[in-house]
Parts: sequence; C-alpha cells; structure tokens
Amino acid sequence: MKKRVLVACGAGIATSTIVNDAIENMCREHSIDAEVLQVKVSDIPSHKDSADLLVTTTIVKESYPFPVINARSFLTGIGVEDIKKQILEELKK
Amino acid sequence: MSTLLIDQSLILQNIKANTKEEVLTLMASNMREQGVVKESYIQAIIDREKIYPTGLPTQGVSVAIPHTDRVHVNKKSLSVGVLTEPVHFVLMGEDDRTTPVKLVFMLAMDEDHAQLSLLQKLMSVFQNAECLSYLAAEEDKAKIIAMLNHALELPEKGDEKI
Repeated sequence: MKKRVLVACGAGIATSTIVNDAIENMCREHSIDAEVLQVKVSDIPSHKDSADLLVTTTIVKESYPFPVINARSFLTGIGVEDIKKQILEELKK
Repeated sequence: MSTLLIDQSLILQNIKANTKEEVLTLMASNMREQGVVKESYIQAIIDREKIYPTGLPTQGVSVAIPHTDRVHVNKKSLSVGVLTEPVHFVLMGEDDRTTPVKLVFMLAMDEDHAQLSLLQKLMSVFQNAECLSYLAAEEDKAKIIAMLNHALELPEKGDEKI
C-alpha cells in the first residue's frame, strides 16, 4: 500500500521544503511508492489516521500512532545516512 | 519569483551579546532599518525562535537560521551575523539542549515554500566547515558577500542584487 509521509516544520517555509525534497528523492531512488505531504505542525492531528510516518524539524510532544523522526540531519549533513536508513526501513515495512 | 538581497548593510560583524534574544533583536532591527522587513518582524522572529528553535550543530562552528512568516517581510533577503563570542541557541527540534552559535543566518522569505534551490545551497554552506570558518573570520564584507554569492550561485554584478 502507498505510504503517506508527513513532513512538518514550524512555519512551513524553509526546513520542511528541504526535507520534503530529500525524501521524495529517496523514494524515487529506491522505487518506493509514497505520498509526501509538506504540512504545518498544527495540521498534523488532521492526518493522524492516514499517515505512516512523520519527519519533522520541530518538537512533537503529542503521541501519534506513527513513528516520528527528527529531520535536523538533512540540514546539517551530520548523521544523515542513519536518518535516511531509518526512514527507508519505515517505508519498506 | 523575487530575488534574494544580500547587501553589506545586512552583514553584521563583531556582535557582542549575552543572549539569543539580544542577537535576534539587533539583527532584526537592522533589517527593519534597511527596510527589508516590517516592524512586526522583530517580535515575530523572537517569538518563533522560542517555539521553533533553529540552532544547528555543524562539522564546524554552530549556526542558527531564524526565520518567520512572510507577512512580516518586505523584501526577500538574508542577513548574516558574526558573534564575537558564541551565544547559546536551542537545537532545532528540541526542548532545552543548546548549541554555541557563532554565525546567524537570518532569513526573510516572501513565499510560503521558499525557493528550494536557494535553501539547499545555503545548507551546503552549513555542511562545509571551511566556508563557515571563512565567514566567521573574514573582516572584509565585500569578500563575505562575494563568497556567499558564489556559494548561493547568485550573480556578482550590480550591487549584490539580482
């Protein structure tokens, strides 16, 4: 089934744009059929039942039925391979 | 698509500050004086940094990328602040862990989803420790702008406007 990935940052301006693109590229490279949605943090709850994964540069205190992955390394390059691996594992489940 | 302004008036060096709020106020007020942002930008950037911190550790000196909603922006621009002594910013995506920031890249973006290629090039600067050391140490603003124009692939002609 097609996976749905949420990408969220505070303002929906800068960081989620970068992370969104990185994940779309990853999915293409690995032939994963996924829908990547760039959303504001405040919009996450409305996707609670339909999303498979949340990748975010903000703090998430609420608990969701899907895993949450911190996306900071997409910006700094530090540990980015590990994060990509984590995301891929979730998407291949 | 509007163009990004990086101007010598937006490069602030030898910033002496004790808190991130002081740094943010100083840089945002200067952007206001230069007319690239509205008065409301100053408080908006401070408030947003509290809720969504932007400190980023790198392979070199730590950076922060404060930014806020486009309603507060007049002209898409980038202001660079070099701190004399690092000031602690909370890490992006965290509650209380901080990183000692030496370089602040304050973004004024006028679109909801800022230009991807520009942001990617800016991130590639953060991933290059040599670039960051250069920005932190170079005193000649013209050289800093030339380096940023090169890194961000902006044309170098004119007065740094494209």
